[in-house]
Amino acid sequence: MPYKVAQIGLVSSHPEVYDPCDDSFVLVDALLADRVNLAQHQPSICMEIGCGSGYVVTSLALILGKEVPHPALYIATDINPYAVSVTRETLEAHGCFADVVNTDIANGFEKRLSKSVDVIVVNPPYVPTPEDEVGCKGITSAWAGGENGRTVIDRILLVAEELLSDKGWLYMVTLAANKPVELCIEMKKKGFASRIILQRSTDEESLQVIKFWRDVDGLQLEVNAEENVGVNSKLFFNPFSFWKRGNQLSN
Amino acid sequence: MRLITHNMLSSNIKGVTNGFPLRIEAEKVVEKEVDFNPDFLRNMFSKIEWKALTDASKALGYAELPEETEPSMLESELFLRKLHHALLELHLEEGALVCPETGRKFPVNKGIPNMLLHEDEV
Repeated sequence: MPYKVAQIGLVSSHPEVYDPCDDSFVLVDALLADRVNLAQHQPSICMEIGCGSGYVVTSLALILGKEVPHPALYIATDINPYAVSVTRETLEAHGCFADVVNTDIANGFEKRLSKSVDVIVVNPPYVPTPEDEVGCKGITSAWAGGENGRTVIDRILLVAEELLSDKGWLYMVTLAANKPVELCIEMKKKGFASRIILQRSTDEESLQVIKFWRDVDGLQLEVNAEENVGVNSKLFFNPFSFWKRGNQLSN
Repeated sequence: MRLITHNMLSSNIKGVTNGFPLRIEAEKVVEKEVDFNPDFLRNMFSKIEWKALTDASKALGYAELPEETEPSMLESELFLRKLHHALLELHLEEGALVCPETGRKFPVNKGIPNMLLHEDEV
């Protein structure tokens, strides 16, 4: 596999499917920064919820494929019937494979994959919109997030709680408007530790990537809160300074 | 859709008590070779519902899997190669997955199952 991440030139597209954008890139950058941890993690089953163009799941497969000799099962889902087709094409163009399913979040998988998924990645529909825009199957499903942009995020978190294995990790993109700190506190009550592992502000949006995992002992949040202050004290990330930091962390 | 994923899917229709496994109606099956990795297979083995796999495999035209298994088989390359083939190399491209309780068909097109429920099924 020659590519480090999915190549924009090889990503398939369709008018009804969300093209990769800043939010897709921030998620992939976060995965790249965490690639050493991901390799050590040795995930067996990985899932992307809301695969869209396939940019993120393809990148995850490339990142893990390079670092980890033992292959994983990749599953990609999307509610949008055009997106699943486009994802399949994008995967194929990069020589990657995932089982792609047209479904709502992970509907159909909850029973058999309960406590079984080692990595979940999601760039959810996080934009605050009227509630009636939520749940359409076309391109609107890529961004329509209802009140505070949280309607679908909250459902996704419930599903992730069910699917994540004991060692499972969830990487999720959020907007400042989704109140990510509140999200982390709510997940803490359900037994999940979390850390904002990347923040990036563009002209339009302030994006975060949050990593969640099952909290084995209650000390986790305190430790991570300290690191949080250090790592995330800057709201504005120059992508190049981020890269230098990423390399330092992996050494 | 490969059988490893079929083995993880169930029907979630409202009122269904046990929607697993989904019965397969195969119209087009394609074989695609994938690198053999015995560790991966041993790792996944404990999660697999064996009867669901053997039935699904037969529906796709591959009847070589043993009806029952025992742990020592995981040391047999012959067994692992059959498991590898059934689980990872057979693709249901066109057909349907059928809910075992209601008979409702979830179509599979271009290898992608459509598991979206209608409003009255949720």
